Amino acid sequence: MKAGEMIATAIIIVVLLVCKFLLPKPIQLSPGLSGLVTVLLGLCFVYIFYLTMKDRPVERRIVFLFVGIALVVPFFMQFELPLPISPEVEKAYDQMAKLQPGAKVLVSFDYDPPSAPELQPVAVAFMKYAFAHDLRVIIMGLWPQGPQQAEQAIQSAFDAEPKLRDQVKYGVDYVNLGFQSGNEFVILRMGEGFKTQFPTDINYTPYDSIPLLKNVRNFSNIDWALNLSAGKPGTVEWVQIAVDRYNLHLSAANTAVQAPMAYPYLQAGQLLGLMGGMSGAAQFEKKTGYFGKATTYLLSQTFAHVAVVLFIIIGNVAFFRSRKESK
Amino acid sequence: MRREIPIAITFIVGVVFALAYFIPHRPFGAFEAQFGDWFGIIGAFAIWLGALNLMKISFIKVFRKRPDFPFALIIIISFLVMVFFGFYEGYKGLFATPQFSYRDPGTGFDWMYKWVYSALSATMFALLAFFVASASYRAFRARNLEATLLLVAAFFVMLGRVPVGDLLTDWILPTGYTMSSWADWIMSVPNTAGQRAIMIGIALGLVSTSLRIILGLERTYLGGD
Repeated sequence: MKAGEMIATAIIIVVLLVCKFLLPKPIQLSPGLSGLVTVLLGLCFVYIFYLTMKDRPVERRIVFLFVGIALVVPFFMQFELPLPISPEVEKAYDQMAKLQPGAKVLVSFDYDPPSAPELQPVAVAFMKYAFAHDLRVIIMGLWPQGPQQAEQAIQSAFDAEPKLRDQVKYGVDYVNLGFQSGNEFVILRMGEGFKTQFPTDINYTPYDSIPLLKNVRNFSNIDWALNLSAGKPGTVEWVQIAVDRYNLHLSAANTAVQAPMAYPYLQAGQLLGLMGGMSGAAQFEKKTGYFGKATTYLLSQTFAHVAVVLFIIIGNVAFFRSRKESK
Repeated sequence: MRREIPIAITFIVGVVFALAYFIPHRPFGAFEAQFGDWFGIIGAFAIWLGALNLMKISFIKVFRKRPDFPFALIIIISFLVMVFFGFYEGYKGLFATPQFSYRDPGTGFDWMYKWVYSALSATMFALLAFFVASASYRAFRARNLEATLLLVAAFFVMLGRVPVGDLLTDWILPTGYTMSSWADWIMSVPNTAGQRAIMIGIALGLVSTSLRIILGLERTYLGGD
């Protein structure tokens, strides 16, 4: 490790220790200070622009540093930003809102921890909403880590609303069927009967002895389904099999990378609403009224997007200038 | 026979699945269900195969002291620690009153999943943000028409998907024409059109490749020459 890297590492460790032990919790910058930090960051970009125009582009580490600051500092800021609800999130929420108490909802957790920052807030907000509105939740996963993510979402909902812990009963209000291997074939077989793919729940309780599943045979007994998806198998497979063949009413939450692929299904009416990326998750939180991590993270994402856009602009201005000079 | 049997299996399964889509009744429906279950079983074995293969490759790297072997050592240790806690907590939970699962909140396995595995894998994914920013500064240039279109679309979508887009345009543009509306339009119209074209292309490619495999014309999946 070079001396510079060691110094940088030491500074980061000292800052973290100071934040951990010395600063009051929660650390929050006042709106005025938040504005000042934003202006300072803007001035730094002006300086980078100046350097780039002088044919001295900043090195990669400076870019990394800026992205790091743009991602971390907003966690401590207080800004009220407008968040319009997109039509696709509105549609997904409407599907959920029109469910009657006692309605059965199938939720497939098809993601793993790398995608959790974008999808877990949707899961948590949904669980809070479902338990508060007496919806019956059937959980499953086509990804091995999915059911564990579901457990975490339920625990987060219980931690946020402790009274739910006593009110909500496993097996009656919700059930976790666990993971099943086989990708789209699991969906295909579920069309004939859930029991064929999930003879027991995640705790090895037989399917028939779970009260919630008493009258649930296949997709025709499901009022609405929500797919939290980060790739394959995921939303595309659910639409192609469960929606096309078995007429399941399906909405989805996708990572920002995957969401563009779901738009054709959305327009065709095969997908009833879509929450795309962190923005979709934050909008969903706003609609349900259960504000959580997506709303917090969205400010970080805003700063990061602005940083990337500014880097693109600076890079291109310098590019056109150098091209003009070479001509 | 090493080639003929797999080709026959592929032909039968492929034809049954194709027919079962249009005739989901006996005998095709029953065959489809049976083959679907077999696929699930093969998938479950594939998970084991993948895990064991990862261990084999990692052990070989460590024993032969190949470059970067410490990373292989970390893989082995991490794998064994998770497996140990999974079995240990699972065994403990079986004989506890009330019974609990290895993945229940409060278990060592759950702690490691939440605070080690989740945090590390999210960190790996988050590194993308840094590389995207660096690449956008150094390489994302409007060199030609296509690149310019991509750049303009990226500009509107990136700003329109976060609240700052509307904040910048709210005071100039009327409602319905702010940055988020532009981003929505790009996603709903040009993006959807492009995605449809890609999907149709992929579907056609899949049909032709599947037909070649079912009919035994395409045999590279069998390995060998």
